[in-house]
Amino acid sequence: MKKEIESIIQSYADKLSPFLIEKATQEIPDSVTKKQATQIMDTLVASAVVATVSPGECVGLVSAESIGEPGTQMTLNTFHFAGVAEMNVTVGLPRLIEIFDARKTIKTPMMEVYLKEGKSSLEQIKQFAKFIKETLLPEVLKDVTIDILDQKVIIEIDPNAAADYSLDTKEIAKILKTKLKTFSVVQGEETDKIELSMKSSKSENLKELHNIKVKLKKIKIHGMKGVKQVLPVERNGEYVILTSGSNLKEILAMDDVDSMKTTSNDLYEIEAVLGIEAARSAVIEETVKVIEAQGLNIDIRHIMLVADIMCASGQLKGITRFGVVKDKSSVLARASFETPVKHIFTAAMSGEIDRLQSVVENVMINQPVPLGTGLPSLITKMK
Amino acid sequence: MRPQFISKKVGSIQFRVLSPKMIKAMAAAKIVTPELYDREGYPVDGGLMDTRLGVIDPGLVCRTDGLRLKDTLGHFGYIELARPTVHIKFVRQVYDFLKCTCNSCGRVLIPQKDIKRYSDTLQEIGEDQSVQAQRRQVREIVTKYKGKGKCPHCASKQGKIKLEKPYTFHEEDRKLSPIELRAWLERIPDEDLELFGMNAVAIRPEWMILTVLQIPPVTMRPSITLESGERSEDDLTHKLGDVVRINQRLFENINAGAPEIIIEDLWDLLQYHVTTYFDNTVAQLPPARHRGGQVLKTLTKRIKSKEGRIRHNLAGKRTDFSARTVISPDPLISLNEVGVPKKMAMHLTIPERITEWNKAYLLEFVNRGPKVYPGANYIIRPDGKRKAIADFTMDEITEELTEGYIVERHLLDGDIALFNRQPSLHRMSMMAHKVRVLPGKTFRLNPSVCHPYNADFDGDEMNLHVPQTEEARSEAEVLMLVQTQLISPRDGLSVVGSIHDAITGNYLLTKELILSYPESVDLLYSCGVSDLSNLAKKEKLDGKEVFSALLPTDFTFFGKDKSGNEVKIINGKLKSGLMDKANLGEESGLLLRNLYSQYGAAFTADLLGKISKLGIAVLLRRGFSIGIGDLDLMPKTAELVKQSINDSEQKAFDIIEKYEAGKLPALAGRTVQETLELRLLEVLNKARNKSGEVAMKQIKENAALVMARSGARGNILNIAQMSAITGQQALRGRRIDKGFTDRTLSYFKKHDISPAARGFIKNSFKSGLDPAEFFFGAMTGRDALMDTALRTPKSGYLYRRLSNAMQDLKVEYDHTVRDASGRIVQFKYGEDGFDVSKTKAGSIDVKEIVQAVIGEKQ
Repeated sequence: MKKEIESIIQSYADKLSPFLIEKATQEIPDSVTKKQATQIMDTLVASAVVATVSPGECVGLVSAESIGEPGTQMTLNTFHFAGVAEMNVTVGLPRLIEIFDARKTIKTPMMEVYLKEGKSSLEQIKQFAKFIKETLLPEVLKDVTIDILDQKVIIEIDPNAAADYSLDTKEIAKILKTKLKTFSVVQGEETDKIELSMKSSKSENLKELHNIKVKLKKIKIHGMKGVKQVLPVERNGEYVILTSGSNLKEILAMDDVDSMKTTSNDLYEIEAVLGIEAARSAVIEETVKVIEAQGLNIDIRHIMLVADIMCASGQLKGITRFGVVKDKSSVLARASFETPVKHIFTAAMSGEIDRLQSVVENVMINQPVPLGTGLPSLITKMK
Repeated sequence: MRPQFISKKVGSIQFRVLSPKMIKAMAAAKIVTPELYDREGYPVDGGLMDTRLGVIDPGLVCRTDGLRLKDTLGHFGYIELARPTVHIKFVRQVYDFLKCTCNSCGRVLIPQKDIKRYSDTLQEIGEDQSVQAQRRQVREIVTKYKGKGKCPHCASKQGKIKLEKPYTFHEEDRKLSPIELRAWLERIPDEDLELFGMNAVAIRPEWMILTVLQIPPVTMRPSITLESGERSEDDLTHKLGDVVRINQRLFENINAGAPEIIIEDLWDLLQYHVTTYFDNTVAQLPPARHRGGQVLKTLTKRIKSKEGRIRHNLAGKRTDFSARTVISPDPLISLNEVGVPKKMAMHLTIPERITEWNKAYLLEFVNRGPKVYPGANYIIRPDGKRKAIADFTMDEITEELTEGYIVERHLLDGDIALFNRQPSLHRMSMMAHKVRVLPGKTFRLNPSVCHPYNADFDGDEMNLHVPQTEEARSEAEVLMLVQTQLISPRDGLSVVGSIHDAITGNYLLTKELILSYPESVDLLYSCGVSDLSNLAKKEKLDGKEVFSALLPTDFTFFGKDKSGNEVKIINGKLKSGLMDKANLGEESGLLLRNLYSQYGAAFTADLLGKISKLGIAVLLRRGFSIGIGDLDLMPKTAELVKQSINDSEQKAFDIIEKYEAGKLPALAGRTVQETLELRLLEVLNKARNKSGEVAMKQIKENAALVMARSGARGNILNIAQMSAITGQQALRGRRIDKGFTDRTLSYFKKHDISPAARGFIKNSFKSGLDPAEFFFGAMTGRDALMDTALRTPKSGYLYRRLSNAMQDLKVEYDHTVRDASGRIVQFKYGEDGFDVSKTKAGSIDVKEIVQAVIGEKQ
């Protein structure tokens, strides 16, 4: 592009959004004259002014409508098989509710793990997937027996299974040692057996031995906590690991992981690991995913507004009576949502004043609502 | 109508707790007897229906303000409680106070020197989070110091406070009577209250223990007279009667010096009644009941929930001048109009003030009276008195009518009315229409506005509201008229569009019809086009040329039609492409959106009306109908379809065979069984698509196909299901599962995993399903029904939460988005400040602007 035209376009940078400037740079062909370029940009500014929101527009309500109305058209099916080789993910309305509730524990936590360039061949991806998958002790066990006479638990390791995770009995014994403090762990005479016995040799330890047998099932011997399943797939020519179960903090700390692309679908985890701004864009992204999967069309502005109100306090808050609604300044607005009696009593105790600045309060007392045409008022001198 | 000038406005409302002093001061009467009426049925003085508390009988006069029924608002009274009782709603707070303050000096159990240190942080917590959080913090701080068991101020020993639910307190093991509680709370100094987030002016803690009980006015708890002449009192009156009765008994017993046990018992009973008066759903208490066993509805329940005062009466309003009836379609009225039955138009009225210029005009209405349309029903005198127009008052009324009077005249064509269909899910669910008075008993609307209302004509009813003031009317007309709502704020696309036959007609017209000049003129004239200068003067006219006659001559548009062909409109001439749903329908394509932005709302609405009429007129002349024969396959095609189905089935059997031989490789992360199911589902799902495709190729053009192709109704899949194969029935994304008995139906062998045993329907709807197939079809049908039934309330609740949370967000004059308290949520709405309904699908079409400026190079 000719420099002078580009400079003409750039000179409008303060009047137009970066997106439109970029779009203009793309669309305006080289052949235009300076005059034409100015004309185009002026028309663009004019249409931008025309498209600007009017002050007083109740954008919140419009967004709520835009998301709430198509909600009726979404499917309720919790699970969804998108193609043959994909993970089970919560989709549709249940997922949307999950996002807007900002649930602490979600039904299907999931990560998309990308590896750094040059390290993301199919072979490497597969190996990495295996490496991070959480493996529990039972997967490498052949047998567990309780020796009542000697008060011991004897574990027999399947060496082939263990080798899959490049472990041997010795190493497993080592892991067990750190995990089971009250037991002494001894690798038995036969190499694949490990013997566990109580350190403090009180009698009547049978119950303890039984407990330890149960506990053994939950001991992690390999991989990353919470990563229950891994599935390497190809996406747009790149290899990605989908995991069920999420552990963003640890995965991002790994050297081979491309931390720019790797994400989780657990909003709280993102907030904790990456901060509130990341949580905001996660809310937007996750919502867009749900909506697009349903074949619906909702403008991103509406979703951004919801995400913004969820994150405006600096903390991720759900759209529930414990989250966003609780932060409202008006007593009556809170009372009109849920648990009105509770709200009125707490308000009475601190002598709270409702200044009637928002919508429902004014509806309640039959006054114009301070939105749209209810907003401006005239002051005249009366004679 | 009286001149309405709002001279006063409620500025703010403060919530606080009434002190006993205030209760007494605002009381009109002291209630001393549980009796309600004397023998003549007149309210007893000092009873709960005392006429000083307001009146609910016609004929009686309120003794406090001298007003009659409906004019008097009623007045509060009070009862003096013989012994204090705990207010159930404050139990938690009392508990907090007892835990955190000294039992003898009343100071908070934090050393003086540390109080200052904490007070700021506490204040902050109270403001940032909630008063509850603040109090929780106080509790935590106090437990830190409490280990010593002594008050840091007066060094007296502190016992452990226990709450025995619902309302009994113990210090160590000694019961604290409400009298003691009150004395304790009285000792807490004002300045310590602030630590608890309480405003000492608004509330003193001792007020949380009741010594007097406020009696609500009679008007708030009206009794109803049954047909038998018997009176049935309100639940609140019943409950208050219990309180007064027990209270009097307690007084008498105390005065007579009765034994402590009796007094204690009565006191407990009084506490129970006072508690259930406030809240009849306290967990540990049996709810108070009517004699019949029905639970009393007391104060808390009156306020709570959807049917409670707040959501039912305060946040929801009811109106006069509204109407409701069944809707039916009328493609001949404008998009902006609504057909109103004449009968309704004679009941719905519009007030018009007589001035010197319209006096004669309005007098005509009055003279015709209420029974002749268009007449008038009432007049309103300047003093606000309303008079019905009837034969015998007619002369008198016409005599006195002068300027300043208001005439309530019948609804006329062109009046503005709001039209609404529930559920009102978005703002297009309530739009303003211009009234068109029509014969018949249903509302008529243009089929093109069905989509925003989500209406159809299978018995739907809709509501009509007639705005009564000039401000309301003009606001409705300017902001809410259908043509102003054409573009959805949800995605920036058109929400209205031609439907059904209107699309089919235009599709056929632009696709295949060749018309003679007279035919074309006839067609265009029938849909309201009288200016035929756009129509080429030729013997034979292409359908596209006829359609182009509607378009403005300077309109240029490029888009795509449903089958992906390019649509080119250059200077008002449709050069290529078909007019189908992708261009004329709602929420698709930019044709209507571009018309709207170039030529404005009124033009687009008018043009859309003409296009729709054109489509219908085409079908009217060409003829269009569907029959069972449209689903017939030619013998050759039928053979091919059969072949295709058998192929797919064979593939499925091959997979099964492989599985049974143990040769099926498992997919990553799946078991072999899961893999099998997935592969089978994939193959069988493909079977329908494939045989559908085969069938489509062979079928000659018929009505069903035209409708599917144009997007007017139905799709290719529907046709395939009807004429070729119904296909695999899937339940929750998998084939019909075996039940508890290892088979889907007893008709099959156990463990049968063949396609037919798992919901693969080989027949078409036309050839008819066999019993097993029918059953599988019913299963998926039921599942779909359940899904909708469960989804509606869930999404409704989500919507309610969203709208409640976001209703106060608005764009300020500085273009920031803020909530009611002024907190900024976004610095610029949507990061670019664009109103979605003013954009083209969410953005500005830069390409179009560039092309417009540098000129077309096609």
